Amino acid sequence: MTRSGSGRTLLKTMLFGLGLTAAAASPVLAQKGLDEPFQGAFKEALAGKTVAYVPVAMNFDLTEGWFAGVKKELEPYGVKVVVRDPNWSTNAGAQAVTTLISEKPAAIIIHNPDVQTYAKLLQRAENEGIYIIQINMGSSYRSSAFVGANWIEIGERDTEAVVNFCKGKSNKIAIVQGALSAAASAYTLKGVENVLAKNPDIKVVSSQAADWDAAKAKAITQTVLKQNPDLCGIVGFWDGMDIGTAAAVKEAGLTGKVWVSTSGGGERRGACDLVKSGAFDLDLSYDVPTQAEQMAGMIKWLVSSGVKPGSVKGSMYTTLIPITKENAASDTACWNLSDLKK
Amino acid sequence: MGIRSLGQQGIVFAVFAVLFAVFAATLPGFLSTSNMLTLLQNVAVLGILGLAMAIVVIGRGIDISLIAALAVPPGLVLQMVQDGHSLPASLAAAFVLTTVFGLVNGWLIAYAEVPSLFTTLASGLFLAGLGQAALFKLDVVQWSPGLEGFEKLGQGNLFGIPMPIVMFALFCIAVAFFLRRTRLGAYIYAIGDNPNGARVTGIPTRPIIVLQYVLAALIGFGAGLIMAASVNSMPTRIFNSTLIYDVILVVVLGGIGLSGGRGGVLNVVIGTLLIGTMLNGMTIMDVSYSGQNLVKGVVLLAAVIADSFLNPRNEETAQQGDI
Repeated sequence: MTRSGSGRTLLKTMLFGLGLTAAAASPVLAQKGLDEPFQGAFKEALAGKTVAYVPVAMNFDLTEGWFAGVKKELEPYGVKVVVRDPNWSTNAGAQAVTTLISEKPAAIIIHNPDVQTYAKLLQRAENEGIYIIQINMGSSYRSSAFVGANWIEIGERDTEAVVNFCKGKSNKIAIVQGALSAAASAYTLKGVENVLAKNPDIKVVSSQAADWDAAKAKAITQTVLKQNPDLCGIVGFWDGMDIGTAAAVKEAGLTGKVWVSTSGGGERRGACDLVKSGAFDLDLSYDVPTQAEQMAGMIKWLVSSGVKPGSVKGSMYTTLIPITKENAASDTACWNLSDLKK
Repeated sequence: MGIRSLGQQGIVFAVFAVLFAVFAATLPGFLSTSNMLTLLQNVAVLGILGLAMAIVVIGRGIDISLIAALAVPPGLVLQMVQDGHSLPASLAAAFVLTTVFGLVNGWLIAYAEVPSLFTTLASGLFLAGLGQAALFKLDVVQWSPGLEGFEKLGQGNLFGIPMPIVMFALFCIAVAFFLRRTRLGAYIYAIGDNPNGARVTGIPTRPIIVLQYVLAALIGFGAGLIMAASVNSMPTRIFNSTLIYDVILVVVLGGIGLSGGRGGVLNVVIGTLLIGTMLNGMTIMDVSYSGQNLVKGVVLLAAVIADSFLNPRNEETAQQGDI
């Protein structure tokens, strides 16, 4: 009796307990979150790290834009982004990289002035455990990541547009190159040559270097236009310089009759506004904010992955945005430096 | 003996004449009126800078900071208008900046007696740095709608003549008048020829030296405005270019001796014409960049060598020294 009684009590207690557990357990399950196992390590990997940035110079739309964009992406994770500004001096740049190697930041973003100068230094930096991200201008050393425009493609697409426009016209074109020492200029010229090889009827009446200088570009273009008033197109190598090219075309009263192709970072005042005004007919933009995001993305990936610097190597060529009359007025084709800095 | 009395001015003019004749005979379209106007237009700014440099060099000084005065104050005008200030207010602010800059230059050289080469080297760096660090957001200051109409200064025409040429001519007349027809101009020659002698005769040498640098800076400012209007922007990075050497070249090549007291506006015009003709002819021939530098170098060397043969160093240069 006692046994059966106690047995029933036990059962009761158990049932009660089970019910209680069930009743209590369900809300507990709903309130308790699941730990995402990787984010903690990611945050830890990034926090307190330093990313150094060595452009050829600050104070122009491309380099200011990259800096602002990378900072915006990385600073919220506690990454310190520092800049070393060589102000167009290759020597000062090499010195900055050398000093940085001993300071051991997590990554260095490098904007090469040419293909040779930093090559050895970059290799040394990766051997010392620093990720090297190269932007827009690669060196002969292939590092963990390259983010940037494909200059050959820019030359080809700019020239194709000119060739198209020239169909049925004089077929005379001019080329306004950048600085002879700059690889970006030489690569772009290669792209131009690729297209010209396929179009033997196109005649290049002038191919001169204007040193990225708007005043020089204007002087050259003026002389060329006086000599060849039936010119049908000009391939320029940078919109910051070709503002001079366009001014010469405008002064000759040939806007609309001479096609002007160029390329640049897509800053609103330097690109969209000038396409809208008719100064440029095509401005291929390598959209600086996107490049900045991609660089920051690469850094996030590399730093969190923990791969040995230099053991993986890859490229991220920028998808170009062709800015023409059709999209120049849109809000998305171009960007504002002041907005990016906010 | 005729050729000996030619002097550098004559030699350079002869080189210019020969080059011009060769280009005119061999390059179709070189001699056309429109190409001549282009030629002049392309060197007008250089010529105006040459005038500014001439004033200083005649007074036995040199102004390396000229390119900073060309770049920064006009850049300030463009930047201020971009930021919403009115054009007259921006021009006034830049004018004040330029004047103060010239005064500081002049004071350091005339009163503190720092050699002009070092003073202007440093002050130019300072002004360019100030522009980059504090005044401009970007190296290239873009045109903005508030400047509507102002671009006529660099792109317009007057009776078919491009504005930069008209401005160059006006600057030439003004500087020629100042140097040859005013007392202050005569003082500058006197100071350049013999500073101590000038002081002994009662010429206020120090204020005159200050005036030279203020004038040079203001002319540089004017040249900068024309340049900015001409390319619809102010590429302030031009300070880092080799433009200052071209300016010195125009002046020295034209025959204004660096030892001071010699030459005038005509020399600047001749030097400018020679550079302009070379650049224009080679652009028409589509000579490569390095080829152009080679030709430029050879012509300049030839002019300098011819000059030192025809005008050997003498007692005077030995005593004063030249650069």
